[in-house]
Amino acid sequence: MDEGLRNELSKQGVFTTTLSDLYNWGRRSSVWPLQFGLACCAIEMIAASMARYDLARFGAEVFRPSPRQADLMIVAGTVTKKMAPQVVRLYNQMPEPKYVIAMGACAISGGPFKQGYNVLKGIDRYIPVDVHIPGCPPRPEALLHAFMTLQRKIDEQAMSGKARPRHLNPDAPSEFPVPQFGEHDLVPPKNEMVWETPVVTRNG
Amino acid sequence: MIDLESIRLRIEASVAGAQVTLVPNDSPAAQPSLLVEGAHGLAIALFLRDDAELRFDYCSNATGVDWLDTELKVKVKQVVDGVEKEVEQVTKKPGYLETVYHLYSMEKRHGPLILRMRTRNRAGEAKLPSLTSVWRSCEFQEREIYDLYGIEFIGHPDLRRILMWDGFKDHPMRKDYVEPDDYEYEPTPHDEVLEKAKEHYPGS
Repeated sequence: MDEGLRNELSKQGVFTTTLSDLYNWGRRSSVWPLQFGLACCAIEMIAASMARYDLARFGAEVFRPSPRQADLMIVAGTVTKKMAPQVVRLYNQMPEPKYVIAMGACAISGGPFKQGYNVLKGIDRYIPVDVHIPGCPPRPEALLHAFMTLQRKIDEQAMSGKARPRHLNPDAPSEFPVPQFGEHDLVPPKNEMVWETPVVTRNG
Repeated sequence: MIDLESIRLRIEASVAGAQVTLVPNDSPAAQPSLLVEGAHGLAIALFLRDDAELRFDYCSNATGVDWLDTELKVKVKQVVDGVEKEVEQVTKKPGYLETVYHLYSMEKRHGPLILRMRTRNRAGEAKLPSLTSVWRSCEFQEREIYDLYGIEFIGHPDLRRILMWDGFKDHPMRKDYVEPDDYEYEPTPHDEVLEKAKEHYPGS
């Protein structure tokens, strides 16, 4: 339906919408995050959920203590290689539709620990990340912005067709392989299905 | 202030067969330490804890150090074919692993006393006595030294890895540790990382 007609109808007291708009509105308005933090970013995440920043305005105040009841995983903090399999396992245990926000420098790339021996160089090596937030740690406003970005992303998801999200596509995987502890590193060191090595071209 | 030289003499007088070396420290920290042999380490620790004057009842910190093999080049005058020549003589000194304990006395309010123990070399004979039976606070820290340096503590009640996972084979804080090459992408590579990045991106 074109925008002008819809405006005209709403002035007359007739509310029109599409099924997909309604569906996405419902989903984005009550995204329940999983209650777990890994490092200092978790403090900012807690601050964002409390009175001053009030994540509840966006329908995400219910931090769930169980992955079975959560829609959103906020990876808040440093993911060590020892913790990475547990994070992937928690993600696998969440029901679809599910989303991931990688919060902070550590979660998106390993951050200041990138050249260390024990920190995973970004959780996006094992699970698909929807929104990355840079910062060390990001302020609560940055988390709110990431959350709004995620809501916008949910709003734009189609219910059918090729571009439909994973939870509406029976062929798309809902669970991702949990890495094993190897003798020198995690095995495998990355999930090729999820993580494509960025191609870098340098000048000079 | 505690007088290290007098403590050294008292240890040698009280613990049969013990040889203690005073290790000076010329750096701004100016914190000299006592070097004891592993064979008498436990007896000396017990003496330091139980002696009525010293009463080192608290071990605040235990850590490890990796000292590499060193080569000493000395010019020696030698008679070769009847002519006196200066010949460079290279003496190899094997490296060693070292544990360092920082001891305080809560009762007498003095400290720190820094106690060092060295292994014979870096490879096969990396064994030292555990001081956990003397100071309980050493337990986790000795496990950490075992995990990161590979020093085996004889008499430790529960010698397992503490930071890395059980199947991990390396000792990451040792200077010969080779980290897994798992950073394909570096936004601002420099030094060693730049060399590795060049391998991943030939021609860039």
